[in-house]
Amino acid sequence: MPREDVAQFTIESVQVLSEDGTVDEGLVPSLTDDQLLDLYEGMKRSRRLDERAILLQRRGELGTYAPAIGQEAAQVGSALAMADDDWIVPSFRESPALLARGTPPHRILQYALGMEEGAEIPGGEGALPPAIPVGSQPLHAVGVGWGEALQGRSNVAVTYFGDGATSEGDVYEALNLAGVYDAQTVFVCQNNRYAISTRLENQTNAETLAQKAIAAGIEGIRVDGNDALGVYRVASEAIERAREGEPVLIEALTYRRSMHTTSDDPSVYRESAEEDEWEARDPIVRLQVYLDDRGVLDEGTKSEIDERIDAEIAEAIDRARESREEVDPADMFRYAYAEMPPELERQFDAFGGGADG
Amino acid sequence: MAEQLRMVEAVRETLRAELERDDGVVVYGEDVGRAGGVFRSTQGLMDDYPDRVFDAPVAEAGIVGLGVGLAATGLTPVPEIQFQSFLYQGFHQLAQHVARIRSRTRGTVGCPMTIRTPYGGGIHALELHSESFEAGFAHVPGLKVVFPSSPAETKGLLTSAVRDPDPVVFMEPTRLYRSFREEVPDEHEIPLGEARVVDAGDDVTVVAWGSMLRETLDAVGDVDASVEVIDPRTIYPLDTETITESVRKTGRCVVVHEAPRTSGMAGEITARINEEAFLHLEAPVERVTGYDVPVPMFAREDAYLPDADRIAAGIGRALDFG
Repeated sequence: MPREDVAQFTIESVQVLSEDGTVDEGLVPSLTDDQLLDLYEGMKRSRRLDERAILLQRRGELGTYAPAIGQEAAQVGSALAMADDDWIVPSFRESPALLARGTPPHRILQYALGMEEGAEIPGGEGALPPAIPVGSQPLHAVGVGWGEALQGRSNVAVTYFGDGATSEGDVYEALNLAGVYDAQTVFVCQNNRYAISTRLENQTNAETLAQKAIAAGIEGIRVDGNDALGVYRVASEAIERAREGEPVLIEALTYRRSMHTTSDDPSVYRESAEEDEWEARDPIVRLQVYLDDRGVLDEGTKSEIDERIDAEIAEAIDRARESREEVDPADMFRYAYAEMPPELERQFDAFGGGADG
Repeated sequence: MAEQLRMVEAVRETLRAELERDDGVVVYGEDVGRAGGVFRSTQGLMDDYPDRVFDAPVAEAGIVGLGVGLAATGLTPVPEIQFQSFLYQGFHQLAQHVARIRSRTRGTVGCPMTIRTPYGGGIHALELHSESFEAGFAHVPGLKVVFPSSPAETKGLLTSAVRDPDPVVFMEPTRLYRSFREEVPDEHEIPLGEARVVDAGDDVTVVAWGSMLRETLDAVGDVDASVEVIDPRTIYPLDTETITESVRKTGRCVVVHEAPRTSGMAGEITARINEEAFLHLEAPVERVTGYDVPVPMFAREDAYLPDADRIAAGIGRALDFG
């Protein structure tokens, strides 16, 4: 036959918790009340940190900061689906996922204070530092997922990036390599609709971002990214597949409610009507309605959580501020190489670093 | 037991020895597995180490970027980029991540990767198969840049590169791969950052590395003077002492490289000589280099590459000055 269809594909989309707070009982992941509260608290903690960080930046205390307001379900939902010894390979907007994985909030603030201390990875933490170039880090996640497989371990790497990153060649190389090497890797693309000011329709002509997986021969799936339960379910399934050497690309449909970074003014490129529409789909409110209905979250628990988070963030701010006072500029020489080469040592001595040690 | 090997065989035997020594070493790259590399420098390794030698898709950014993750899990990646010019496609990974990961994590994550890549002209290759971008790599803090100039040097330097805790760009001079044999010891490690005084002399110092060392040795044969020839072997870190010590003795210096002149390593070496041995100089430091043009295709390649005549002329200018 001269012409025939040789391949056909579909992309599945999942939503468990609808916008009005009702659930599809057949799809609800089996989470205990405590796990549900962790999910809620993780999202709240991140929201609070972002709000405080924006204010600190406005007061001139922090450098440029990239808030993730609106994307908490996509991140916390997927991060809590990971096992303790899995790896997270983040971009620069992953404070919700990092916090959910146990990164202390003062480290996120240290990074925003321009301190490498915030990107320090103590042994065995299973995280790589924030990646600033768009779309470069999924390759590292494939290296991690492949490296774990080569050493006979079942840990997976979960990497995060945005819709804009899918235009970068490295993301395609990463999806392709993951497929070729059966890397134990899950790609979480948070389609938050904007790459700074560039809308999705100017980013790609593809109908979904999940279908970017198809060309690489790996599975792609879409989930409502403002539905914490849906994300948790899809991510859990993807992580289990990845453990078996089958990488998955998840497209989480969400919305970046605030600015790209604190240097950005979204009012220039988007309408407030659109922002209002997405405010009504807020992932935290949606889960809260569900938890209220389910009787898991009463007013007392809610204020307990809020107070705990406020205290934690206040302490983290103090801690980050204090550590800023202790910054030793000579440190920049100490970590460029495992052992300082002679020419660097000469520069270090000229800098005055050699004098005290 | 020492064996007579060509450079390409020295690469292979070194990789084999490191795969044998350390089961964390992973060798991968385009065509390195089944085909054994387009230059055959990995031939047979996949048969012996099927779980640690891999073919890779044509994806240079990917090949470099994977190293960050592999290293984070505790492995030692030793990828090959088939020709140095195609490392441009992975340069962003090299500069943005590989070279910086130790610094930005304050020493908690390193990338002990050795990227092997054939470089340079003289084999009548296609366009964009003959570049020497070493100064570009040396300009990225966090990287080391290493040049073997013979089979035995290859063994010693590649062994050290693979064992080094930091990322190394290992520049293999394509034209020397099969040009001569040399006795290569079984156990051989040459520390990175130490130059070799190839020939001792009193009248003029010539600094050359990789394939240009061979041209320089040819040129020196025709020069009626006592020439000290130094092979720095690594251009980052550079063994400034050995070079400046020699210049203090000879008072004259010629730096040879096949990369374009502007912003090339000869400029850096000249600056260091100015800083450390200025008052000993009896002539300006001479540069014998490629030109500031894209490396031409092979019909004009010989006109571009420094050869023994140009090097001898440069030595002559340094000797005749004043």
